[in-house]
Amino acid sequence: MLPLKSKDLLGIEHLGVDEINLILDTAESFIEVSERNIKKVPTLRGKTIINFFYEPSTRTRISFEIAAKRLSADAINFSTSTSSVSKGETLIDTVRNLEAMHSDVIVIRHSIPGAAQFIGSRLKSRIINAGDGAHEHPTQALLDMLTIRQRLNTLQNITVLIVGDISHSRVARSDIFGFLKMGAKVILCGPPTFIPVEIEKLGVEVEFNLEKAIPRADVIMMLRIQVERQFSMLIPSLREYAKFFCLTPERMKLARPGALVMHPGPINRGVELDPRVADGPYSIILDQVTNGVAVRMALLFLLAGRPGADGNPAPL
Amino acid sequence: MEELYILNGRIVDPAQNMDETADIRIKNGLIQSIGPKSSPSKKARIINAEGKWVVPGLCDMHVHLREPGREDKETIYTGSRAAAAGGFTSIACMANTQPVNDCQAVTRFIIERAGTAPVKVLPIAAITKQLYGKELTEMGDLVQAGAAAFSDDGVMVRNAELLRRALEYAKMFGKTIIEHCEDLDLSADGVMHEGLVSTRLGLPGIPPMAEDVAVQRDIEIAEFVDGKLHIAHVSTARTVELIRQAKEKGVAVTAEVTPHHLFLTDEVVASFDTNTKMKPPLRSETDRAALIQGLVDGTIDCIASDHAPHTLQEKDVEFSLAPNGIIGLETSLSLVLTKLVHTRRLSLMRMVESMSTAPCRILGIDPPAIKTGKIADITIIDPEEYWPVDPNRFFSKSRNTPFTGWNLRGAAFLTISEGRIAYDAATDRQIT
Repeated sequence: MLPLKSKDLLGIEHLGVDEINLILDTAESFIEVSERNIKKVPTLRGKTIINFFYEPSTRTRISFEIAAKRLSADAINFSTSTSSVSKGETLIDTVRNLEAMHSDVIVIRHSIPGAAQFIGSRLKSRIINAGDGAHEHPTQALLDMLTIRQRLNTLQNITVLIVGDISHSRVARSDIFGFLKMGAKVILCGPPTFIPVEIEKLGVEVEFNLEKAIPRADVIMMLRIQVERQFSMLIPSLREYAKFFCLTPERMKLARPGALVMHPGPINRGVELDPRVADGPYSIILDQVTNGVAVRMALLFLLAGRPGADGNPAPL
Repeated sequence: MEELYILNGRIVDPAQNMDETADIRIKNGLIQSIGPKSSPSKKARIINAEGKWVVPGLCDMHVHLREPGREDKETIYTGSRAAAAGGFTSIACMANTQPVNDCQAVTRFIIERAGTAPVKVLPIAAITKQLYGKELTEMGDLVQAGAAAFSDDGVMVRNAELLRRALEYAKMFGKTIIEHCEDLDLSADGVMHEGLVSTRLGLPGIPPMAEDVAVQRDIEIAEFVDGKLHIAHVSTARTVELIRQAKEKGVAVTAEVTPHHLFLTDEVVASFDTNTKMKPPLRSETDRAALIQGLVDGTIDCIASDHAPHTLQEKDVEFSLAPNGIIGLETSLSLVLTKLVHTRRLSLMRMVESMSTAPCRILGIDPPAIKTGKIADITIIDPEEYWPVDPNRFFSKSRNTPFTGWNLRGAAFLTISEGRIAYDAATDRQIT
């Protein structure tokens, strides 16, 4: 078993394939814990994990909290509304205070790219990036990879279609880095105003026409349109966006048999995803959520678990 | 005033196309003679300049000294000490102080405060009151108070009509209008160059055309009114091309480039180090290569540091929240020597022209020259001084540099401003 190379999990871009496989394999072994009658193991007893959310989040924060608790760690949540941030304290001072209370892992969600790396390079605590602006959301990409691997056994040579606002999506970036590393082909789809410059240089293909892209995909990943964002210069209206890019039952008729529909949530029903598709037979959206807990358990275990004689975390 | 003899230095002066080894005698602030040593008087200080390069005093025409208003970042005194240590005998300071240098009272204050500075400080006054881009400043009054040029640096003059009138009005005084060319609608909330790196990092980008469309507009206006336009901190390949074409047509446009745009690209932003954040942003390798070519062939007239001091706490924050800018006075010359002159990409003659003669001419001041009877503004360079960049040893109050740890070759050895020693590496250097 190889250990993770870095003390922090900041993104997928700098992870090796071995490290991704290690995390996914470890996560797979944790799935069973959550299916037990007593959903708890003592692995991280006595460890303190702080979920520090500078941005609102429901599922990611709860998923991390459940993951910590199922490993018997103490999980503390706090968000900007309850923190000293509103008093003008800097990010670095806030997290140094957390560390002074002997946190083992700080899970951070922040609106600015690089925020997780910023604190990771200044603290001894292990940092898990739970989303930094439009940069990365590595645990989401890992749970996406785990979910696809469960269904298709491999990521090698499959085609993943990612649809939506690629420019502003941290999920898209982490997914792109992860899928490409694992040998998948990636097609991006959305209006040109949602596609960042030079992205083809990462090794992805861009297709503006959703109908043309769907038949080529084994996996269709629909991104959430941030309806709260001001889009006036990027798209004329959500209605027009949905007209061209909503995944409807009619469009799903173009899909390959067995194609998988995924979504990082929360869904805007009727904008990017028709309810009949979200709840239909192709959808594995709730599997993603279930696997999210296992992936986060695996990461907490790999980063905070007591090292064994070989320097790797001790086995369960 | 001390009498100085500079012996056996290699004198390089583009104003006279001079490159020869000779002795220089300085007395009463003036160059008394150049040539074989006449016997120096016993009181004279002898400076052995063998193996050194003796050049007209360097000029950095784009610095921010932060005084008045932000003396916690820099003062006229600390900034000019940094300038002297960097080999500069004159610096021109931008108008975006607090209060803005938009009236003769502020200009006079800067000049008065510069009285104790070791080098000449040339105030650049604002084009528009408060830098708001609405009304012209009292340019004539400012010129009489000592303003060297006009600029709203930090922000572009958005109103094309107003820029036209500024260029026209400044003609009356023969002064240059320095423009910070950035279309603010195109740069929007961008914090770095828009390209593959910004796409990878998810940081909002500033497209190169934010500069190019602004430069194109400004050149059109300058050509129409036949005014003197200077483009600050050129960062894109396309802008270099636009300036080249304009010069070929005879438009009175000049331009500067910073060392950081010459020697860094957007790749370094991947560190999320806020000392890689500035405007204009660090661009692509293609842009960087075009900037060097433009400097070499003279399309870009001069090198200026855009020395922009910020406190540690202002820069020790998340990338998007950090202020723009880095300091440069104490690394500019050494970077150019290391990366361009020692590598033979840029001739020593052209380097001196771009860091002394050209910026002085743009500011309308008589460039220093190594010539009998001239004021002794001289920089002596030790081309073989190897030193690692350690910001803790800077004279500047601020530490915000992306060049920490770089090993540089060449540095100022002695800076002489109006016949006085403004910086002496042997005694003043904080590098041990």
